[in-house]
Amino acid sequence: MTAPAVPAPPPASTGEMSRIPTGWKTRRNAELGLLAFAMVIVAVFGATVEANQFGEIRMTAWIPAALVGILFLGLHVVVRYTAPFADPVLLPAVALINGIGVAFLRRLDLARAIAQKQPEPGIFAGTGGRQLAWTLASLILAAVLLLLIRDHKIVSRYAYTLGLVGIVLVMLPAVLPPSISEVNGARLWIRFGSFSIQPGEFAKLALVSFFAYYLVRKREVLSLASRRFLGIDFPRGRDLGPVVTVWLLSLLVLVFEKDLGTALLYFGLFVVTLYVATERASWLIIGLLLFFGGVYVAYLLGASVGGPFANFYDRAEVWLDPFALENYERESGSSYQLVQGLLGLGTGGLFGAGPGAGSPGKVPEVRTDFIFAGLGEEIGLFGLAALLVLYLLIVERGLRAALAVRDSFGKLVAGGLAFTLGLQVFVILGGITGLIPLTGQTTPFLSAGGSSLMANWLLIAMLLRISDAARQPVTGAGPERPGPKKAPTQLHGAMTEVIKP
Amino acid sequence: MNAPLRRSGVVILVLFGLLFANLNWVQFYKADEYRTHDFNSRVVVAEYETPRGVIEAGGQALAQNKTTDDELKYLRTYPEGKIYAPVIGYKPVIIGATGIEASENDFLSGASDKLFADRLSSMFTGDNPGGGNVVLSLNTKAQEVAWKQMTDNQRGVTKGAAVAIDPGTGAIQAMVSMPSYDPNPLVSHDTEAASKAYNALVKDKDEPLINRAVGATLPPGSVFKVIVSAAALQNGYKTSTEIEAGSVYREGGATIRNSEEEVCPGSQVTLKEALTESCNTGFARLGVALGADKVKDTAKAFGFEDDTIKVGDLDSKSGLSVAASRTGEIANPDGTTDTAALAQSSLGQRDVRMTPLQGALMAATVANGGRQMRPYLVQKLLGPDRRTIYTAEAEKLREPITSGVADDLRDMMVSVVENGTGKRARIEGFTVGGKTGTAQNAEGANPHGWFIGFAFDESGKAVSAVCVMLENVPGGHASAEAARIAGLIMKAAAGRGGD
Repeated sequence: MTAPAVPAPPPASTGEMSRIPTGWKTRRNAELGLLAFAMVIVAVFGATVEANQFGEIRMTAWIPAALVGILFLGLHVVVRYTAPFADPVLLPAVALINGIGVAFLRRLDLARAIAQKQPEPGIFAGTGGRQLAWTLASLILAAVLLLLIRDHKIVSRYAYTLGLVGIVLVMLPAVLPPSISEVNGARLWIRFGSFSIQPGEFAKLALVSFFAYYLVRKREVLSLASRRFLGIDFPRGRDLGPVVTVWLLSLLVLVFEKDLGTALLYFGLFVVTLYVATERASWLIIGLLLFFGGVYVAYLLGASVGGPFANFYDRAEVWLDPFALENYERESGSSYQLVQGLLGLGTGGLFGAGPGAGSPGKVPEVRTDFIFAGLGEEIGLFGLAALLVLYLLIVERGLRAALAVRDSFGKLVAGGLAFTLGLQVFVILGGITGLIPLTGQTTPFLSAGGSSLMANWLLIAMLLRISDAARQPVTGAGPERPGPKKAPTQLHGAMTEVIKP
Repeated sequence: MNAPLRRSGVVILVLFGLLFANLNWVQFYKADEYRTHDFNSRVVVAEYETPRGVIEAGGQALAQNKTTDDELKYLRTYPEGKIYAPVIGYKPVIIGATGIEASENDFLSGASDKLFADRLSSMFTGDNPGGGNVVLSLNTKAQEVAWKQMTDNQRGVTKGAAVAIDPGTGAIQAMVSMPSYDPNPLVSHDTEAASKAYNALVKDKDEPLINRAVGATLPPGSVFKVIVSAAALQNGYKTSTEIEAGSVYREGGATIRNSEEEVCPGSQVTLKEALTESCNTGFARLGVALGADKVKDTAKAFGFEDDTIKVGDLDSKSGLSVAASRTGEIANPDGTTDTAALAQSSLGQRDVRMTPLQGALMAATVANGGRQMRPYLVQKLLGPDRRTIYTAEAEKLREPITSGVADDLRDMMVSVVENGTGKRARIEGFTVGGKTGTAQNAEGANPHGWFIGFAFDESGKAVSAVCVMLENVPGGHASAEAARIAGLIMKAAAGRGGD
């Protein structure tokens, strides 16, 4: 298939500041102010940790906060010049979560060093230090993305390539020998010595681009040329073929890799982009029915047949009654983690023990999957509620960019990415708080793990890029007529549709 | 496309709303339950943040703490090991606590209401002094003598128990159970090693974890004749009253013989002589003559059938649970008295079962003029600063017999030690009374040897009442060894021995 025609970049995109009409507010200073506020919170968190762990606040307490502050300031400068109209809340909100993550991981390193009577790790050593280094790398990559891709529509040029890359990334660990790819029974990694990445994390970005491009191109056929069956309009198979193929393939691979959480995310991503593209609620209903039906069948199969479904059945049993002794003490797949996480959260209560004053080390995997439980013991319900609001803010700001951007491709990409981010937060936090069965997932921007951090920062860079396009004044309207005016989004995007088959 | 995007936003909002609601459930509604849950090891760590109070007796620490550098800051240690283990128990990291460690846990850990003022002041001063200290009533000399004589007994018996009580107050002077165990491995911070040590003790067929002094009930044999004597004296008999005896007594299918041919072969014997020689036929006839109700009622008056007693502190009535002693069924299916059972029960056989503590209480009651004092182990509770918070005040538990009956019983029991079967319990310079018991149990097994007794010092003050029980004593005269040990324990309790 040939690459689709891509429109020329917007005429005003040369000369950075010149495209800002006089009197137009870019809100960049608001972003800077919020960023400073976020860094103050991170610094206070780090200082409280030292006060509680050592009984004094040393000069070294401020260094991690100062370092992450400088990094985010750097990205802020890049945004200021490459995406001046970008949403001013996105970057500070993510920076706050990322900064808390680095500070909390360092807090775990300090506690471990004290317990094992070892010297405390250097600023760039330990999990916290590694996370700091990964933050640096992620921010550089995000900046590069903002610098290279001045118009998000360019991405659609590589949609099929990205679709292929996405599939390869998902499949890679399954194809590689387990010695390279397996960690804790799940084959999701590529390891080189002590360095490892999770390629699947990046697949999310590639797949959403492919889905968006394909669905935009086939929009009319998908919603018009359909067959009615049981009162629901089904599109023709050939129109849906490639998307379903890609999606099913990734789903199968993930089930094979035992990464149910990510499989669920991709399922959600697919259903929601399909729903947004076709505007047919029937897709949601079909998606939900398929999902819950599949889960129930897997549960029943796990109870009767066992085999590959036994793991799933165990997880469901553990979820239904984590405190039952037989679930707590079972050999594999016990509820120990979940219970310890819940006990940590409960011990934290409303206000939490205070940063550095809890015992998050008692929760297994507290650096990755269970970081929210460890954090919850120390910052309490109020702190976690604030974190939840931050995540919600990021997701809704992403959706707002999707609403306001004028092209369908941008709408689907931003909407898909924002929704997936929200779904990921729901899946992991719902899992560790016992709301839904637990599936291994990282908590975006918080958990230790370079791949997840980097992929999610790329996601944020993409949202920043699209929000910039969404919020910038309509070019061609004449610089002598500043002020917000009605964008043609009112016309359902049809007039500004830029990608043609 | 905007309408579905907006709806997706609503979906996310709902999902986050669910997360928030569930977080409230976990961190607010369930918070207290989770904070104190058994699976929450933070509870344990917090518990070990402050030193637990010391358990002591006679100025000697029996349970104390050692500072460690692991996560649990204090390790509990029991310097005397096996000697006091059945009384003090242990306070392990994950298994449940037992003994005084369990019953006084609130006070030792500092959580007791009695220590509220200390907790309040530590809130302001910032330093936490830890829990309160428990001073036991045990006489360390008596305890050591009891342990040494029991475990080193001349018949090689491996199971048994001994209890000594101050008759006037009910204070426990010594409490030994054999075999015992070392509580130190059980409280190891290495919980796996601790569980292993615990499981080994649980599986041991000699049941070292049972405190036989309060937790084991065995047929008391002739010791029960004290009860029957009391019943007789309450019902108009005198110590000099002649009762029917003889070498053989057949009743309702049961044949009662005396332990030896030369014991009360004549047809008549005084009540006092019957007890002195432990005349089986005499007491079997006496029991039948009195009737089942009188025997059972007297036993009950002495403390049989009571399963509410706890030996610990008199204030909260918490402590080691005491198994109920029982006279058992003495009736036919139609409700009439089973005279064969009554005849055998009057000798402390058949279904009569008694704890060693109950035996000591019986002797103490006689020595104390008929008033039975409530037994206790906790003499004092001291605050973390060793300020006295509570001192045991002796409390009458029950008064089964009048002082007149008690005096008669006392004479009869003194005669047992001076002229009869309990000669080996004699202590020079003291007036010692008692009663032996040799209890048949299983077919072909060696009998249990019992001795209950009391001692008055030169000034006529009752200094100690004791019960010694040895299970399955080989070599005949099972009770003689128990009587010998009992004498030594009482002597040590009176401060005249054990050095």
